[in-house]
Amino acid sequence: MERIRVIFKRELAGYFATPIAAVFIVIFLMLSGAFTFYLGNYFVRGQADLVPFFDFHPWLYLVLIPALAMRLWAEERRSGTIELLLTLPVTMWEAVVGKFLAAWCFTGVALALTFPMWITVNLLGEPDNGVIFASYLGSLLMAGGFLAIGSCISALTKNQVIAFVVSVVICLGFILSGFPLVLDLFSGWAPQLLLSAISSFSFLTHFQSISKGVLDLRDILYFLSLIAFWLFATATVIDMKKAE
Amino acid sequence: MTSMVEISNLRKTFGPIVAVDGVSFTLGKGEVLGFLGPNGAGKSTTMKMITGFLTPTSGSVKVCGHDVQDDALAAKTRIGYLPEGAPAYHDMTPASFLKFIGEMRGQRGDVLKRTIFETVEKVNLQSVLNQPIETLSKGFKRRVGLAQAILHDPEVLVLDEPTDGLDPNQKHEVRTLIRAMAQEKAIILSTHILEEVHAVCSRAMIIAKGKVVSDGTPAELEGQAPTHNSVLVTVSGVEPALAHERFMTVNGVKKVEDHGTDGDLVRMRIYPDEGKWILSAIGQYAREQGWEVQELYQDRGQLDDVFRLLTTQKQALS
Repeated sequence: MERIRVIFKRELAGYFATPIAAVFIVIFLMLSGAFTFYLGNYFVRGQADLVPFFDFHPWLYLVLIPALAMRLWAEERRSGTIELLLTLPVTMWEAVVGKFLAAWCFTGVALALTFPMWITVNLLGEPDNGVIFASYLGSLLMAGGFLAIGSCISALTKNQVIAFVVSVVICLGFILSGFPLVLDLFSGWAPQLLLSAISSFSFLTHFQSISKGVLDLRDILYFLSLIAFWLFATATVIDMKKAE
Repeated sequence: MTSMVEISNLRKTFGPIVAVDGVSFTLGKGEVLGFLGPNGAGKSTTMKMITGFLTPTSGSVKVCGHDVQDDALAAKTRIGYLPEGAPAYHDMTPASFLKFIGEMRGQRGDVLKRTIFETVEKVNLQSVLNQPIETLSKGFKRRVGLAQAILHDPEVLVLDEPTDGLDPNQKHEVRTLIRAMAQEKAIILSTHILEEVHAVCSRAMIIAKGKVVSDGTPAELEGQAPTHNSVLVTVSGVEPALAHERFMTVNGVKKVEDHGTDGDLVRMRIYPDEGKWILSAIGQYAREQGWEVQELYQDRGQLDDVFRLLTTQKQALS
């Protein structure tokens, strides 16, 4: 546990030691603001809520989170530090979890910096702050899911561009898995049971149900088990591909 | 001598490629083992298995009695490792990097500060402590790598090409450092530089195609050189052909090789019969003949020759 904390601290400091932190946070804030006000018609709707703000989060994450996650392990492999890290007295899961938590915490910081949005909506009207809180939580959980997927893909390759592109595609699959775009791939041949299983994997469905203000344990468990699964996959992939 | 590293029948295959093929040895405290071998011979792969980075296909590694696979954490705390190319987190400074390594190894507070201070002194990193590692020269980067390896004063030190890319002064410093630590530790280092084996190693092991082809002291290795104990002589005042003929009659001489003439200087390499010393006999004979001896010395044999002999022989056989 102690070693997870040490890795976590180093990784998090790493984001802020490089321009990554500044670029990521500024772009995240700019885009989330621009989407909310221009595409989401925040003012025109005349409603005191943050629905247009949160509606764009899956799409923002789709591009920004793989960009953040692509370096998690690909960079360690490219620079050879993976050999250094894994020959320290640390277990594989401690390393995987420590690095993941740092990235997750970092997206949490970016998300928290959207607080002026929350203040604004409270100045303009009387929103349901419970719903907004739930939406923030849902957004954070969803970011964790994206990151865990990105972490695993990043462990597969030394090449960060490949890690980015593949992560985006897989994340897109998870966002849209309840939609015809993905379901039609399976509907011709797969049994109904599998189809409903696939559509229940949709990030969008689970995120939207949380952001309605209903903190259903199943939605939370969905994201947490998804994260656990992909982190487990990350550790397996690293173990298999260490030699390359 | 207590054995600190025990390797038995270590094997690693990558698909159809056999990288390490049944390597076994034990290493005791105070020993400095030099791994020699051509590129791709399996040196680095062996080191990666000793340090627990790679899982062996079969065989086992024990470090201070702890199996590197079954009791990984206990083994890893006792090893210091400099991987090939001295990787480090380039966005960190040496100070923060060493702090990270120390914390990962369970050191805290004042103990950690003192350890870092001492280690930094040992490898001369004071001047660059707060510069990002990516801006450092190759020599400094290598020293940062060395510093993290010795930070926790490990019982076993594994160094993959510790002097690669350093200038002669830096090489000298690193070798001095390794020699200074040798008493208290078991050290394994790999190198391409054969003079390094003389400079620091108490034992040299040549690896080719994943197998150990030779294991002994550097002197024993040299003994296998074809030129071992041959005598190089330069004389004047005699015809080359005559000198050649006469030297053959000296007791213990097996073969005389002409190495050309320069003015009236005649150069030759004279090989002794197995196990014979002929240096003084040659000198004495030349003087008795009234030839002027300009140069006379005994060749201990070049490690390079042994290296080439052993590694290419093996390759020719397989």
